[in-house]
Amino acid sequence: MSKKHNYDAIVVGGGHNGLVNGAYLAKAGLKTLILERRHLVGGAAITEELLPGFHFTTFSYALSLLRPEVIHELELTKHGFMPLLMPTSFAPGWDGEYLVLGKDHNENLREIARLSPRDADAYEQYDHDMARVCQAIKPLLDTIPPNLQSKDPEELARLAALGAYLRDLEPRVLHNAVRLLTGSAADFLDDYFESPLLKGFLASSAIIGSKLGPMSQGSGLVLLYHNIGEHDGAFGTWAFHKGGNGGFTQVLARAAEAFGAEIRLEAPVVAVTTKNGKATGVTLEDGTEFDAKVVVSALDPRRTFLELVDPRELPTDLVEDIDRFRFQGTSAKVNFALDGIPRFPALGDRWDMFRGFTNIGPSMEYLERAYDDAKYGWYSARPYIDGAVQSTIDPDMAPPGKHVMSCFIQYAPYHLRESDWDTERDRFGDTVQATLESFFPGFGDLVIHREVVTPLDIERVVGLSEGNIFAGEFLAPQMFFFRPAPGWNQYRTPIKGYYQCGSGTHPGGCVMGAPGRLASQQILGDLKK
Amino acid sequence: MIRTTPFHERVSAANETGLWSHWAGYLVAEKYQVAEKFEYFAIRNSAGVFDTSPLYKYRIHGRDAESFLAGVLARDIRTCRPGRAQYTIWCDDRGFVLEDGVIFRHSTDEFHLTAARPNLAYLGDLVGRRQVIIEDVSDHYAALAVQGPKSREILAALAPEVADLPYFRLVTSKVWDVPVTISRTGYTGDLGYEIWTPADDAVRVWDAVMDAGAGRGIIPFGQIALLMARIEAGLLLIDVDFESSRFAWNDHHRSTPIELGLGWMFRTIDGDDRAFIGKEAIRRELAGGTSRWSTVGLVVDWEEHDRRYRDAGLIAPKDHVPVPYEMMLYDHKHRRVGYATSFMYSPVLQRHVGIARVRPKLARPGTRVNLEVTIDHRYEMVGAEVARLPLYNPARKTA
Ligand SMILES: Cc1cc2nc3c(=O)[nH]c(=O)nc-3n(C[C@H](O)[C@H](O)[C@H](O)COP(=O)(O)OP(=O)(O)OC[C@H]3O[C@@H](n4cnc5c(N)ncnc54)[C@H](O)[C@@H]3O)c2cc1C
Repeated sequence: MSKKHNYDAIVVGGGHNGLVNGAYLAKAGLKTLILERRHLVGGAAITEELLPGFHFTTFSYALSLLRPEVIHELELTKHGFMPLLMPTSFAPGWDGEYLVLGKDHNENLREIARLSPRDADAYEQYDHDMARVCQAIKPLLDTIPPNLQSKDPEELARLAALGAYLRDLEPRVLHNAVRLLTGSAADFLDDYFESPLLKGFLASSAIIGSKLGPMSQGSGLVLLYHNIGEHDGAFGTWAFHKGGNGGFTQVLARAAEAFGAEIRLEAPVVAVTTKNGKATGVTLEDGTEFDAKVVVSALDPRRTFLELVDPRELPTDLVEDIDRFRFQGTSAKVNFALDGIPRFPALGDRWDMFRGFTNIGPSMEYLERAYDDAKYGWYSARPYIDGAVQSTIDPDMAPPGKHVMSCFIQYAPYHLRESDWDTERDRFGDTVQATLESFFPGFGDLVIHREVVTPLDIERVVGLSEGNIFAGEFLAPQMFFFRPAPGWNQYRTPIKGYYQCGSGTHPGGCVMGAPGRLASQQILGDLKK
Repeated sequence: MIRTTPFHERVSAANETGLWSHWAGYLVAEKYQVAEKFEYFAIRNSAGVFDTSPLYKYRIHGRDAESFLAGVLARDIRTCRPGRAQYTIWCDDRGFVLEDGVIFRHSTDEFHLTAARPNLAYLGDLVGRRQVIIEDVSDHYAALAVQGPKSREILAALAPEVADLPYFRLVTSKVWDVPVTISRTGYTGDLGYEIWTPADDAVRVWDAVMDAGAGRGIIPFGQIALLMARIEAGLLLIDVDFESSRFAWNDHHRSTPIELGLGWMFRTIDGDDRAFIGKEAIRRELAGGTSRWSTVGLVVDWEEHDRRYRDAGLIAPKDHVPVPYEMMLYDHKHRRVGYATSFMYSPVLQRHVGIARVRPKLARPGTRVNLEVTIDHRYEMVGAEVARLPLYNPARKTA
């Protein structure tokens, strides 16, 4: 028998949620071990130097939803937390049309008025209405949702408190929230705006990570989710962390270690060991065993329930619910090392608009047509692209004068109808590059290196099933009370001592830290009982 | 007509905002870009340049220059060897601070002193029979601060001497063909340098620095970004954190060095054989523990702050632009115990922070006080903790 090691808690998976969870458990005094399969922590939030001097955010690339509580409670600023402001957002359109939004509200209104004078004040109203909904919904992200299935008086009281909270919201705010949570982004945006470019720009947030078009019902929820993040108190604002999102997870790892957590790399867990319905520890691929009364899976629900433990030990309903839990990843990345900054002819030699997101989604129709391809099992002929030339903000990302450009792409459905991703990789990369070329003539000449990250790569490398970037789609039946399954939305599992804390739990994906944090509260609460 | 600095040609071309302010009689950029926070991040993450030319600059030289300065400046200039610089203050005979500045020692008997205000008459009157010449050379030199983690590699490409220049040292060098003095000083609390250049060559120096910094994220930064950085760095600002005793109307507006947190300058006062202005008063204050105030850092309780606003149905403001007014501090019995003289939301610390005066018994880091804010047009209290200055102090600053 291999040697045993004892811990109070073991976290399986060193993605950002595993690190957050482990840090909180260690902070509370538990002897905590975080086990990561790969040679580096971070999961979907890593930065890699693929070419000397060029740092790629292989997957995740920007920060907004990270909970301020996590920053403060884990003392991240002591360990180098540094979210760098993006001063601009850029939406190139067709025929030299464009929109550049910056940090001066009134200047933005002028910019929008250039496209449509009517949309300028509509934008103020939209911004305000959206902020009010965000402010109303935000507390729900930072609390463990009630368990609808439970008859425990405490749970009933929490349900009642939730009802009272919703009752006390201004009716208009609640109604807007419901319109967003259930409706389509297109309908919501059409209520305010007429400019196709502006609507395309705003609607882009409604499709990220989801097998939805902006006209699909349910895209409103994704729109809301991507606006509810905050950066220094401003809703819907994004930042690039110093050193990319991998720089951020390195900060988290340092914080976790400072609180006493131990992190082991290249330590793939094959099974959570159980005895009489209780978790007892984990076994690594090489047979090493670790003992702990608390085991937390930071992996997605499929792996948490169907791979790390024997599904036969679980209630059949739960197993079926997890089988039905929808992943269907539709996102990919194409990351570039560039010899210079791209050029948008209508703006001449200006490049300041590249200091933030560059949003290739010039109308809602463009996005919807991109989605049409995915519906029928193929990648978009003209994909949606969220580009980010991070080196304009953080010069350490590329050698002087050179740049890295992270491009998030949709749609790239995990299941291709007539081929497979390893076959399509280069053609897909070419499609993306051709799209960029159509907006930025000469783009191809700048490319020094290109990295294509397919949904299959996301699954293989990070472990996110079907490459779903959020560890499970953002669909109403998969959120809040139901994430990842009815009755199991409070980070527990039917196996005593076995918990879940990945993005497949409430509130969901994004570099957010909320699942890891809330799960730690549940675990620590249970330990006190 | 307001004057412009020797860098104006470049500064005016770079200022996209049209926002200017007046500093010491010169036109200076409030900010160059709409997002002053972006300029701030240049200081903290890459490199920024700041036109600091409006400072008053005095050349003090002659056989007795050292002994003269030893009697005027509170910090012992004799410990500052040639090639070094010192942050210092000068006081009146009651031990109240007049001003602060940086003194640069070029040789045994040649010094440069910077100041925020005119001091020629004041210093001149104190010369007496000593062989000292004090000249106002403010217009002869332009000064460009190059601050931020990448400042060293950028400047070293122009002047290799910079590569191993220690904190608060200076070196004469050339930038392109322009003779300059480069000092490892600044007002940001980060790794940084100041380049002192003949005014006529200022633009060439600007161009050289911007050229060397290309691709390394160098940008000019304005007053707002500077003030943000200096609050985090715990660096005091005259007329904001203290007033000159010369122009104060009463003692409430005066401060002693110890009250300003500069007591460290007098660690050896007992063995100090100098007779410098204010020495006796300062010694009495130290011995008697009669200081009225302590200057401390302030860090707001984020949880309470955010909750207060949320409960009022508001989004908690996190404005990084320093506020232009004082904010009152109270203890738990609602007695007024001090006031914040500078206050802002710090992006690197992710907290509302400030520089404050508190009663000395409350000066210990971690002490809880209440900060008065207005929410819904009413005064409300938000908890805050006393903290050590500097609030942000990266190792690279002195490394
Ligand atoms: C391409 C892409 C782009 C994205 N862009 C953004 C963005 O810009 N901003 C944003 O906020 N969000 C973005 N997201 C979403 C966000 O990155 C994820 O939701 C989040 O990082 C998931 O974190 P996690 O800790 O829950 O899981 P993961 O990051 O998936 O972490 C799981 C970890 O577990 C490890 N692991 C797996 N199996 C085992 C095992 N058996 N034993 C031990 N360890 C194991 C994995 O290696 C991994 O490190 C993006 C995601 C992707 C994929």
